[in-house]
Amino acid sequence: MALIRETDYGTPKRISGTLVTIEVDGKPVSAPAGTSVLRAAAEAGIQIPRLCASDNLEPFGSCRLCLVEVEGRRGSPASCTTPCENGMKVRTQSPKLEKLRKGVMELYASDYPREMFENAASGNTEFQQMITAVGLKEVRYGYKSKNHQDGLKDDSNPYFEFDQSKCIVCSRCVRACEEVQGTFALTIDGRGFASFVSAGDKPFMESECVSCGACVQACPTDALLEKSVVERGRPDHSVVTTCAYCGVGCSFNAELNGNEVVRMTPNKDGKANHGHSCVKGRFAYGYSTHKDRILKPMIRAKFTDPWREVTWDEAINYTASEFKRIQAKYGRDSIGGITSSRCTNEETYLVQKMIRAAFGNNNTDTCARVCHSPTGYGMKTTLGTSAGTQDFDSVQAADVIMIIGANPTDAHPVFASQMKRRLREGARLIIVDPRKIDLVKTPHVKANCHLPLLPGTNVAMINSLAHVIVTEGLVNEEYVQERCDLVAFDQWRKFVAEERNSPEAMEKYTGVPAADVRAAARLYATGGNGAIYYGLGVTEHSQGSTMVMGMCNLAMATGNFGKDGVGINPLRGQNNVQGSCDMGSFPHEYPGYRHVSQDAVRESFEQAWGVKLQTEPGLRIPNMIDAAIDGTFKGLYCQGEDIVQSDPNTQHMSRGLASMECVVVQDLFINETASYAHVFLPGASFLEKDGTFTNAERRLGRVRKAIEPLAGLGDWEVTMRLSTALGYPMHYNHPSEIMDEIARLTPTFAGVSFDLLDREGSVQWPCNDKAPLGTPIMHIGGFVRGKGRFMLTEFVPTDERVNARFPLILTTGRILSQYNVGAQTRRTDNNRWHDMDVLDIHPSDAEDRGINEGDLVSLASRSGDITLPARISERMQPGVVYTTFHHAMTGANVVTTEFSDWATNCPEYKVTAVQVQLARHMSEWQENYLETRRLTTQIEKESTAND
Amino acid sequence: MVHMANQIAMFFASYPHDEALAGVTDHLKSFWEPRMRKQIIDYVAAGGHGLHALALEAVKRLPS
Repeated sequence: MALIRETDYGTPKRISGTLVTIEVDGKPVSAPAGTSVLRAAAEAGIQIPRLCASDNLEPFGSCRLCLVEVEGRRGSPASCTTPCENGMKVRTQSPKLEKLRKGVMELYASDYPREMFENAASGNTEFQQMITAVGLKEVRYGYKSKNHQDGLKDDSNPYFEFDQSKCIVCSRCVRACEEVQGTFALTIDGRGFASFVSAGDKPFMESECVSCGACVQACPTDALLEKSVVERGRPDHSVVTTCAYCGVGCSFNAELNGNEVVRMTPNKDGKANHGHSCVKGRFAYGYSTHKDRILKPMIRAKFTDPWREVTWDEAINYTASEFKRIQAKYGRDSIGGITSSRCTNEETYLVQKMIRAAFGNNNTDTCARVCHSPTGYGMKTTLGTSAGTQDFDSVQAADVIMIIGANPTDAHPVFASQMKRRLREGARLIIVDPRKIDLVKTPHVKANCHLPLLPGTNVAMINSLAHVIVTEGLVNEEYVQERCDLVAFDQWRKFVAEERNSPEAMEKYTGVPAADVRAAARLYATGGNGAIYYGLGVTEHSQGSTMVMGMCNLAMATGNFGKDGVGINPLRGQNNVQGSCDMGSFPHEYPGYRHVSQDAVRESFEQAWGVKLQTEPGLRIPNMIDAAIDGTFKGLYCQGEDIVQSDPNTQHMSRGLASMECVVVQDLFINETASYAHVFLPGASFLEKDGTFTNAERRLGRVRKAIEPLAGLGDWEVTMRLSTALGYPMHYNHPSEIMDEIARLTPTFAGVSFDLLDREGSVQWPCNDKAPLGTPIMHIGGFVRGKGRFMLTEFVPTDERVNARFPLILTTGRILSQYNVGAQTRRTDNNRWHDMDVLDIHPSDAEDRGINEGDLVSLASRSGDITLPARISERMQPGVVYTTFHHAMTGANVVTTEFSDWATNCPEYKVTAVQVQLARHMSEWQENYLETRRLTTQIEKESTAND
Repeated sequence: MVHMANQIAMFFASYPHDEALAGVTDHLKSFWEPRMRKQIIDYVAAGGHGLHALALEAVKRLPS
């Protein structure tokens, strides 16, 4: 594995139907109109020296190094800002150019650390390479005159440092912060010789910087440099893999020195991220070697016993014998398993296969149950398939972007940067969210409409928007006539046109002025390509599935499917939520979303797997817990998921797990669920895996092993061993063979193979004979189900109601620096940004309760209560409070309830009636938590067993 | 269990009766594990107190 060095073409690629041809150093070169001379030359293999140019930034023309000569023109124009014109004859080398470049470079070098100049030939920075490229051997001006060599070093950021003495003020970092990330945290302060890069006159850590790494990536001089490189040295080889954080699924180069990851750099060829990253994917990988990693299997008879380290064989055999014992005593359906959205498709497929074939039941579920299961149900019902309709790039063609219940700048930051770019170009923005999320107003972006509805009233809102579209004649009749089921459409049209669905009638529920709703509806219906992006603020409600169908109704009615720039786009929380659902993790579906009761489908799996399969759906996660408390569910295999911390009503969940006789947890760390486990199987981090993840745009990206599994076995090998011990032998030599089996059995994946992914980089399913290179945009020309089906979406208020005792509504969510239950990010320096969960409360609600910033407050619901610090925030509306669930000690889900989506049981995390009061101490649950945790996580270290 | 069945019934209640009944019945068959269906069938056999009329009717159509 060599170190991957990506080619930089100097300026961005231009797309044009017109080709222009120029001559560069006598060589004919063709490029799309608008392409710079610098890029056209680079594409032809002719490198022109440059410093301020990079192909992810618009040309700037400041460094004066990329000068060329153009026949018939005076002077020496910068090739980065000179577009190609037909017939242009360009010379990139001449004695005059050589002298000019050397002179410019000498000036730069005179204010650059001397040792770096002297070591230029062996240097790694672009700056040093340019010194060599222009042939600069000496600096005649010396180093004693006025310079910046005593410039300050800012090492406030935990991941990178800024050394002013190496900065040449080329502005690449500033432009990357603006153009790539869209945060505008950096600027050039001062003038002329005194100008310098500044994070708003503050240390980076105290500035608006979001630590995405775009500036570090852009820096040609190492003025901005990863601390990991300073500490561990330059990488010597790299592997292209896929990020293990959110559903954007960024492609990264894992750069290593020996067996140690030195840094993660975003891959320019990544089709989801195009060379961009966020603070999690770019920097927060240190958890993979954190001291808390458990690297030996462990077992114990009772979860209150200390853990005992054992060999892999002993752990696997113990698990198998326990599961067999339980099934013999309580019946075949008394055990089940949970697959992980943090594991690969291949691993997930194998777990559900083991459950169906070796356990002999369909009690398989996945963490998508608690996030995007309503997406699957709602989109399949209306459109015919359970997936987002577009690729991420589609946003560049959107004219009106509607964000509903999502906070992309925090939860999907790399896609948010793409979206902000389009918004800066002029797309208009509608935000439907109870909170003032960043995108309501952020540098150079301001929402045209913000509809701050009350939590729990999404369906009232979507019906109001539909009412306006139907009653004001804004339906795309031609599209509906051609593409949709007209009987269902007529039913829906009459339903939403009823006065009770008007914005005026629904205002009493949503709290949003009717005029604002009408304006938003008109904008969406008439503003050009309308694209809806949504998150868990849609799905995690008692009417989550209804709302997904409501959005699909709206998009069908306005013709917003089947082309670039439109669609319904779920922003998936975890990296492989889409994939875990695709792979048959749900108890009622085989891979490819086919119901277990379909004889032909079931028979195809029976034939391939050589075993009789069950025809009835199995238990969902909450049903498993209920059944455990009822005494009919006794054993659970839980891979890479922490249901105690992430699922609602923690005390109910804990009681369910404590009722079981064998809980098996496979994870990197002793997570909260492992507190109730009898077997712990060490998991492998994404750096130790081979396989694929599927992101929110249905894109399968390769996950490539950078280092060997620290515990000795990959997760897929553990599942194989367990299945074999249970009496259903599995044998694969490599995860690619698992994908081959998936492709054989799943029509939408028929064309997928590791070979294809290695050739193409990534593909989006469906990928089969009809679409051999995948399908970026779905439903072109017709819906997957045939005619699009409008569904009736009656608004039914949630049963979780506020009253005098619980007068506020709690809604929960995520922040940028932490990820899900925090198991990974809490074990990195990302904790510097968010080391505890806090409760956001509106100033008026705080004043009513005598609460000041930072006060400890009690947050109580009908389910339980916790204590946490308060943060007074104008983001909130009166009556609504907000917190995150990243820290186990906070116990945010002690407070949330078991109310769930009617169709899928996705919990209603977004609506919990609560009271907030000043508090003096931790809650009873929190005090008990520490003691329970201490008791249930002890490890006896006597054994040195390993195999 | 009753709450879940009622939620399903309330979604389909917007449709004409036969369509709604088929929708609730199909949903219970497609997504509820057999022991859950048995519980709700037993509950209906014991009177089905508190169940939405549509849910009650749908449960009666489930094979026991």
